[in-house]
Amino acid sequence: MDHFPTNWGRPRNDAFDAYATYPIHQRPYNGPKDTFADGVQRTQQPIVTGTSVLAIKYKDGVMMAADNLASYGSLARFKDVQRLHQVGNYTVIGAGGDMSDFQYIQYILEELSIDEISAQDGHELGPIEIHEYMSQLMYARRSKMNPLWNSLLIGGFKDGKRFLSYVDLLGTTYSASTLATGYGAFIAQPLLRKAVEGREDVITEEEARKILEDSMRVLFYRDARSMNKFQIATISSAGVSISDSMQLETAWSFAENIRGYGAQTQ
Amino acid sequence: MIMPDMDSLAHPQERRFNPYTENGGTILAIAGADFSVIAGDTRQSEGYSIQTRYAPKVFRLTDRAVLAVNGFAADGNMFVKKVKQRLEWYHHAHAKDMPLRAIARLIQTMLYARRFFPYYVYNILGGIEEDGTGAVYSFDPVGSYEREACRAAGAAQSLVQPFLDNQIYFKNQEAAQGTSHPSHLPLETVLSIVIDSFTSATERHIEVGDGLEIFIALSKGRTLQGMESIRGLQELTVTEDGERLFVMRRDLKKD
Repeated sequence: MDHFPTNWGRPRNDAFDAYATYPIHQRPYNGPKDTFADGVQRTQQPIVTGTSVLAIKYKDGVMMAADNLASYGSLARFKDVQRLHQVGNYTVIGAGGDMSDFQYIQYILEELSIDEISAQDGHELGPIEIHEYMSQLMYARRSKMNPLWNSLLIGGFKDGKRFLSYVDLLGTTYSASTLATGYGAFIAQPLLRKAVEGREDVITEEEARKILEDSMRVLFYRDARSMNKFQIATISSAGVSISDSMQLETAWSFAENIRGYGAQTQ
Repeated sequence: MIMPDMDSLAHPQERRFNPYTENGGTILAIAGADFSVIAGDTRQSEGYSIQTRYAPKVFRLTDRAVLAVNGFAADGNMFVKKVKQRLEWYHHAHAKDMPLRAIARLIQTMLYARRFFPYYVYNILGGIEEDGTGAVYSFDPVGSYEREACRAAGAAQSLVQPFLDNQIYFKNQEAAQGTSHPSHLPLETVLSIVIDSFTSATERHIEVGDGLEIFIALSKGRTLQGMESIRGLQELTVTEDGERLFVMRRDLKKD
């Protein structure tokens, strides 16, 4: 029995990644190895992974979406994972990439929040501070060649101002009125830009929700590592709220009309 | 995230974490007799994806020094942050801004200190020297530097630098009989060259576009000479000596 899931369900010659399973196309080396060659293991590839996170600015604040799947290679391993996480009273952090690294980040931020609350100095961490902290942490870890293998979206609302920004395993940061990580950057980002750019101060909460739901639906149709169960976070002057998990309406009746490839004979 | 191409997956490979990426964009600086112009586009990209349409690459360091950074954005931001920190310490110690040529040497030492894990960043420093002349210093990622009259760096360097060689240094141009090429161009001409450089680079290079940010540092006593009403111009600071710093923001094509 081969215990390494990245080897499962693959053609025998899979040096060629015919199914484009990137970013988890690498097979582990199962042969003999020198026990002491590297005493310390570092993250060289993500193992249990989350896919895209989407976020947009709208009239009252910021809205984010992520599905509940954590994949183990191509196996849909954990189907009730929260990838949107509240930090303090003003911020939500959404993660794609390695889920164990994300849980470590949650732990670090929890420690940080406790320290800040304990200080009782009248200061509270907002999204700007959390993003700066995360970008310094991610850049420091990449500089030690020991990265936290995530792309993070940090959204928030504090002192009447919206905030939305990105940071990844290299420490690269940027902000824009629409952001998407992972496959969402290829598939959902163009849709989000078309719907949002230049209309950030007009879009209502209902419209923002519809924009994100439509994009999540497209991702579910096209991203093989996604799932039809997701959550939406809204951050506005009313504070942070992360929804319960939702299902999307999808239609598959068109599938039987597809011709030209697959199993059908005519 | 970069889409893998099938060629690179065709053979099994030893893969290591790569701590660098390339974030596109182009920067450019031109020195005049008593001014300096430092410009950069505002697009940040990775592969074929535009990450954002506005991520500044040009930063005000002091009232007479401006630094443009291009290459790996995370390294660039960290480097600018550290340079600003060193300049603040200098200010606390000496109660004055660090002179431009000293900033240039500081940047060289800071870059070379990381010779064996370099900041993957091309730097161009522009501003006004202590003698009032406009200056441009350009650096490679490990700190080699020189003072020049003009320099382009980044994704469209190979498009822009030859244009500058022709228009600023008059390379391959014969002066008309009985005349000679000017050694310094007027501000108005320089600004036109900068704007044309970026609109052209935007047309021919996919990593250039979205927005243009041009910083203009003027020597003491020098005015804008009729350029006051140019579109998108905004004054940032005036020093006690009368050196002035402006920024000009323009749109570039977003496709």
